[in-house]
Amino acid sequence: MKTGKNYLVHYAARRMQPLLVALAALLLLAGAARPLWAAFTVGVITVGSTKDWGYNEAQAVAGKSLKKIPGVKVVVQDNVPETIAVTQTMQSMINFDNAKVIFATSYGYFPFVCKLAPKYPHVLFVHCGGDYVPGKTPKNVATYFGDVDEVEYLSGIVAGYSSKSGKLGFIAAKPIPQVLRDINAFTLGARSVNPKATCTVVFTGDWFQPVKEAQAVNSLADQGIDVVTMHVDSPKQIILTAKSRGIYVCGYHFDGAALYPKGFLTGSAWNWAPIYKELVTDAMMGKPYPHSIMEGFRDGVVKLDPFGPAVSPAAKTAALAVKKEFMAGKFQIFKGPLYSNTGKLVIPAGVVYHDAAPTLDGMNYLVKGVIGKISWN
Amino acid sequence: MRISQGQIWLNFPVVNAVRARSSFLLRLAESLTITGAALLASVMVFSIFVAIMKVNPLQALYAMYLGAFGTSFSWQVTLVKASPLLLTGLCTALPMRTGLIVIGGEGAFVLGGLFAAEAAHMVMGAPTIIVWLVMAAAGCLVGGIWIMIPAALRVYRGVNETISTLLMNYIAIAIFNQLVEGLFHDPNSLNNPSTYSIGDNNMIGDIGNSQVHWGLIVGIGICILAWILVHHTTLGFSADLAGGNPKAARLSGIRINRVILWFAFLGGACAGLAGMIQVAAVQERANDGLNVGYGYAGILVAFMARQDPLAIIPVAVLLGGVHAGKILLATQLGLPNSAALVFQGLLFLFILGAETLYGRFSIFQPRVRT
Repeated sequence: MKTGKNYLVHYAARRMQPLLVALAALLLLAGAARPLWAAFTVGVITVGSTKDWGYNEAQAVAGKSLKKIPGVKVVVQDNVPETIAVTQTMQSMINFDNAKVIFATSYGYFPFVCKLAPKYPHVLFVHCGGDYVPGKTPKNVATYFGDVDEVEYLSGIVAGYSSKSGKLGFIAAKPIPQVLRDINAFTLGARSVNPKATCTVVFTGDWFQPVKEAQAVNSLADQGIDVVTMHVDSPKQIILTAKSRGIYVCGYHFDGAALYPKGFLTGSAWNWAPIYKELVTDAMMGKPYPHSIMEGFRDGVVKLDPFGPAVSPAAKTAALAVKKEFMAGKFQIFKGPLYSNTGKLVIPAGVVYHDAAPTLDGMNYLVKGVIGKISWN
Repeated sequence: MRISQGQIWLNFPVVNAVRARSSFLLRLAESLTITGAALLASVMVFSIFVAIMKVNPLQALYAMYLGAFGTSFSWQVTLVKASPLLLTGLCTALPMRTGLIVIGGEGAFVLGGLFAAEAAHMVMGAPTIIVWLVMAAAGCLVGGIWIMIPAALRVYRGVNETISTLLMNYIAIAIFNQLVEGLFHDPNSLNNPSTYSIGDNNMIGDIGNSQVHWGLIVGIGICILAWILVHHTTLGFSADLAGGNPKAARLSGIRINRVILWFAFLGGACAGLAGMIQVAAVQERANDGLNVGYGYAGILVAFMARQDPLAIIPVAVLLGGVHAGKILLATQLGLPNSAALVFQGLLFLFILGAETLYGRFSIFQPRVRT
């Protein structure tokens, strides 16, 4: 019987069939919609947001700069934790996007990179951290990092000049050697121009803690501190809170002047693009590439942000004078006699450490003038 | 014979037979239909969201499907992502049977993993199986006690367990950081503070040639055990009774305080075990990589599974799939990672909202013979 509800249902089902087929075809097409020419794909993986005004944005900007190289396609995934998730993302980039070079930009990715690399010998894995050990690390792994403490020292000089109270604040994620070194360099820079200056440290416990960071700025400002700086992944919240409190701020990782043009003094910023370009072009040409890149101020990998309007001419002159000495390789930050803030002599008189000295990589103290404590000491 | 419109389906012989025989099948059909509808609704809203981000929604959905279930590699990614969720889901699901809303899985997870790693370090050199057992015992014990504390506060002092477990997560992470950077710190882990490695030979391996570790099978096994506990034991029955009507339970002689504490312990032990597996199968040591939200995702899993341990399995796989699918959303379509979180949130909202639909469709109700 061709009347009634049943017929309608059958009719509808028959009419739906071509529609479903079309839908399936569309889905397949959508999946196949990749460029037909074989692009050289580069993957970039970041641990946080690529718009964090900080560590991850600096990496993403360098990744984006690769698009200028003809034939290079860049794929990015943000917010990948330091777990097996990064292995999965790297494999996905290789399997689905045919990635030939992968930049795994967070320090904690390293064990996962080293485990995966031998399985894909034709892919170059690049890790940001500088832990390459010849003979031990897989051959298709390269690492890079930059020496930032020289720029932190210059920031410290500017902060020392700009502070009226002589009290500076430093908001840091974790008391690891890399961070301690920045705190010490910043403090030493400030005390080189104002021997009475102190630097109060607040550890937030993790790399991205916007709420705690804002609380820290407020509490530091309440104590009369009038210049803050940081070593966290995203300085944005600290800069904005400093703005709301009307105190000065020195940046880190990425030039944050646009967030607070009046009170942003200066800061350090990464310029990873040259390293990215070098490694990718080498890999494209099939040329041997450097396995361990450790560059600094002199190589242009770390930059001093342009001085803000609040920086006095005297501060500029002082900072630029030391910058000149750094460039000439004539000035070292860590030299004896240097005392820790617990009164211990950590570098004896007469000893001068070059910035690549291995001892500095294991730094486990805060210098005199820093107000703060490390949990394991 | 005149049949009213509503009765056309109702008088269909197969439906009738099913309705007469099995209320289990009916309940299954009901939850599948309602969950499916919620899924569809969230997919539709997500499509609108994706379209606003100027990406073709069909492409986005296909990319998610491809990344989650499209190839055997995708399945492996999905299952690895699902495996911790099986156990952290139980951490909320089990106490909820007794009426406690526990959201402290994150704390139990990180502390379980931390103490498991430390326990392995203490018995270093013992046969692998012993190391695993010691690690599992440490993880379960620490996780269990961690969730038992708020349960005891609830039972004896009337402290709201949802608030206390939430706050205890922060305490757990603070303790975790303190110990990883202090007492349990491996001095060689300079810039990524960690505990000592549990040793390469003590790692839980992968199943066959796949990249899925055995933790998945452990998780599924424990979900099944938990299902038996909940539905086929007197303890499970007492728990349901304590959760449903504490007064009646007490009147029928059930020592509900004890049942509540037991279920809280078991839930916490599951999360602690998940932490142990994460250390033993993935991280090799306890560090920041444990503290990435597996415990919080477990809350979602438990609610979506409506506190049924068996339902946790497909739900965990589904959520694992969402997290696997987001990789391709990012790499192929340039959507930020948070896009997948939006989808997960929508899924959660719609599935919870759909709770109110249960029992509203007469077709799914068992027929009462008069």
